[in-house]
Amino acid sequence: MLELRGITKRFGRVLANDHIDIRVAPGSIHALVGENGAGKSTAMRIAYGFYTADSGEILVNGRVADIRTPHDAIALGIGMVHQHFMLVPPMTVAENIVLGAEPGTAASLDMKAAIAGIRALSDEFRLAVDPEAPIETLSVGQQQRVELLKALHRRARLLILDEPTAVLTPQEVAEFFAILRRMRDQGRTVVIITHKLSEVLAISDDITVMRDGRVVGVLSTRETSAAEIARLMVGREVLLRVDKAPATPGGVRLQVRDLNVTGPDGSPRLRGISLDVRAGEIVGIAGVEGNGQTELIETLAGLTPRAQVTGRVTVGGRDVTRMNARERREAGVAHIPEDRHRRGLVLSFSLAENAILGVHYRRPAVAGAGGVMLDGHGIDARTDALIRDFDVRPPQRALPARALSGGNQQKLVIGREFSLPPTLLLVSQPTRGVDIGAIEFIHRRIVALRDAGCAVLLVSAELEEATALSDRLLVMHDGRIAGEVDPARATSEQIGLLMTGGGGQTP
Amino acid sequence: MTRLDSWGLTPLLRELRFPLVAVVAAFLVAGLIVLILGDNPLDMYWLLVGTAFTWPDGIGYTLFYATPLVFTGLAVAVAFRCGLLNIGAEGQLYVAAFAAAWVGIELADLPGVFLLPICAAAAILSGAIWGGIPGVLKARFGSHEVINTIMLNFIAVALVSYFTQYHYKVPGDPILQTAPVGEGAHLARLGSIVPGLPERIPLNLAFVLAVVACGLVYVFLWKTKWGYEIRATGENPGAAEYGGISVRTQIVVAMAISGGLAGMVGINEVLGYRHRYYDGFSDNYGFTGIAVALLGRNHPAGVLVAALLFAVLQRGGVQVDAFTADVSKDIVQILQGLVVLFVAAEAMFRFRIRPAAERVA
Repeated sequence: MLELRGITKRFGRVLANDHIDIRVAPGSIHALVGENGAGKSTAMRIAYGFYTADSGEILVNGRVADIRTPHDAIALGIGMVHQHFMLVPPMTVAENIVLGAEPGTAASLDMKAAIAGIRALSDEFRLAVDPEAPIETLSVGQQQRVELLKALHRRARLLILDEPTAVLTPQEVAEFFAILRRMRDQGRTVVIITHKLSEVLAISDDITVMRDGRVVGVLSTRETSAAEIARLMVGREVLLRVDKAPATPGGVRLQVRDLNVTGPDGSPRLRGISLDVRAGEIVGIAGVEGNGQTELIETLAGLTPRAQVTGRVTVGGRDVTRMNARERREAGVAHIPEDRHRRGLVLSFSLAENAILGVHYRRPAVAGAGGVMLDGHGIDARTDALIRDFDVRPPQRALPARALSGGNQQKLVIGREFSLPPTLLLVSQPTRGVDIGAIEFIHRRIVALRDAGCAVLLVSAELEEATALSDRLLVMHDGRIAGEVDPARATSEQIGLLMTGGGGQTP
Repeated sequence: MTRLDSWGLTPLLRELRFPLVAVVAAFLVAGLIVLILGDNPLDMYWLLVGTAFTWPDGIGYTLFYATPLVFTGLAVAVAFRCGLLNIGAEGQLYVAAFAAAWVGIELADLPGVFLLPICAAAAILSGAIWGGIPGVLKARFGSHEVINTIMLNFIAVALVSYFTQYHYKVPGDPILQTAPVGEGAHLARLGSIVPGLPERIPLNLAFVLAVVACGLVYVFLWKTKWGYEIRATGENPGAAEYGGISVRTQIVVAMAISGGLAGMVGINEVLGYRHRYYDGFSDNYGFTGIAVALLGRNHPAGVLVAALLFAVLQRGGVQVDAFTADVSKDIVQILQGLVVLFVAAEAMFRFRIRPAAERVA
């Protein structure tokens, strides 16, 4: 169906695709896997005409195709669904689908025919999408199906899906996979870009593994294992499980009582959150992103304007509700933010400058208490220790943080926060955009911090990560704690039910 | 010891590459214009640059012209390091110059040891307040500093004009200027210190102060925790907030420092040069300061060099006017404009290549 031959693409000095060959068999589901920056999205964007390759050729149905724009790709029956949906919220499903390819003459828009056509497509693949519903009334999962419909409506025979499950609950993922299988069974071809190994094994027929811009493995899903795929992705053996002893919780370190937070627009974001985290335990928070997890962590870190917060937060018995970010850090609260580029790092600053963010006003960043001049020696010593202990590469403290890979940036943030040292760790999406090798390292360090008696509150959109790391798991939905489960026993169905508010799908 | 600020030699050269290219390109294009006008560009440039380096007049005047540009360039640079665009240096320096003159008149009888520092402090403080106002407005209400600094320019110019006209002018003086300040408020001319430099050249100790200010700003921004907080705020306010830095406070502090630096132009103008407030004295120093900061990459060393370059052009422009047939001193304006244009073009160039490199996924 689709074949890339010797595709090479360079961005400045970065070789994003280095003579890659990918062969997608017709009527199959093909997984394209690799770590962030491995070049998988680039390859597919070339196939879809977003980029043009520096060299190499694309074959569609055995013929060399000249794909220069997405328009060319669509004409050849290739559709792409992006990670971020491209839908107009106030418009209906049908209106969104015909956008850019409106039926009828220039003056009159023949929506009736379009709606009928879309309904037929929706029924054919059992997508259960009402063509006349406005987009803004649909759940994220339904919106994704609209994106699928959009591609199908343009007669796509091959669908490229970029990280399609990132925004879905476990139930939605299961439904989504069923849809993909139906599409395959009716002769469509699917390419799914992902880095989640369990999904690759669950859905795909064939697998192409990429690393550092090269194809490093072509596998048949039936004949491989998660361990093998991971090894190919990382280039070495990887421990996929988190090794941890049972927690031995001590006293309550973090106590949250009836915490309510509103957004800047006055809309409620957190509704009556109460929770405890004890010393020496990891309390995980699962949930579909955007259900208040971000606001919870930011509020506990002292980053939400006080006027938007009611309730009471104590750390180690001290009321910190009125404290700002600096005072909370002084009280032993470390924070690994979900977005290290927006919060955790100043990308243009050197590693040394980043190593003192948040503690830049005290020893060892300045000599003595109340000092004004930065202490170069103190900062260097601290940075070197951090680079060594957390294996930050390349180990050059004068390098700007921008020059580091996602995993090394995250290690820098983690190292800085761990060396406070904290009594309470707030950590959000600790391994987002981090390569598998570093994930293992980060998980081990979080568990080690727990074993040293620190209380850890962990938010992760990766359910596997949340269940593997947590000693107790809370599920958030719509700004509330929907329930607590035992991560060792709960099934993903149980958790998924809580993620959608307890009772099935929300509209 | 690490260069915390990554201003080692290699990065320094890398930083200098684009400004140098911009300057060379500007000279080439302006040369072309001169050629079209029918003059020899080489002769013109010899005149332009050559006159600036004669001793003592060329060098003396060039450094004198550079002095206000160093201050305003620093002012814009400090604000920029905090992520703020201070378009209001012009208004800040007017308020400051008037304040220096006002104190110098009111306390004219004080001895120099007191009067001079008080007048200088008045200039810095009033500039800081005038710059701090848009800072407070931004921190408190989120109103944009560009709009507010521009508006405050108009207010400043009108306000000092009014006070000069109606309250501090010598009766009967046809020129719109205040009475002279007390003798004690006179800043020594370098001519009285440097051998061979005649005292008629208005170059004064304010130039030394400007060079010192460059050093102080450097140390402040890169070697103190306060400077760290300002730079962190400018580079990434979200991360600064996360690091326990009050973004609002930094905005006010940076704008006040910026205004204070712009206000130091008043020291050069009133205490060092005219010894009175002369209405409309500023030759767009505040706005040229934006170009100086841009060319100097918002670094004190770069600001110093860029201010000198602009001063060379300004000094040479007079000669070009007098000694060429078809080229007027407007060529200086053209050159300055071209330099800014090419520096800005470079910023666009970077903007274009960087996202492409970051799109790799």
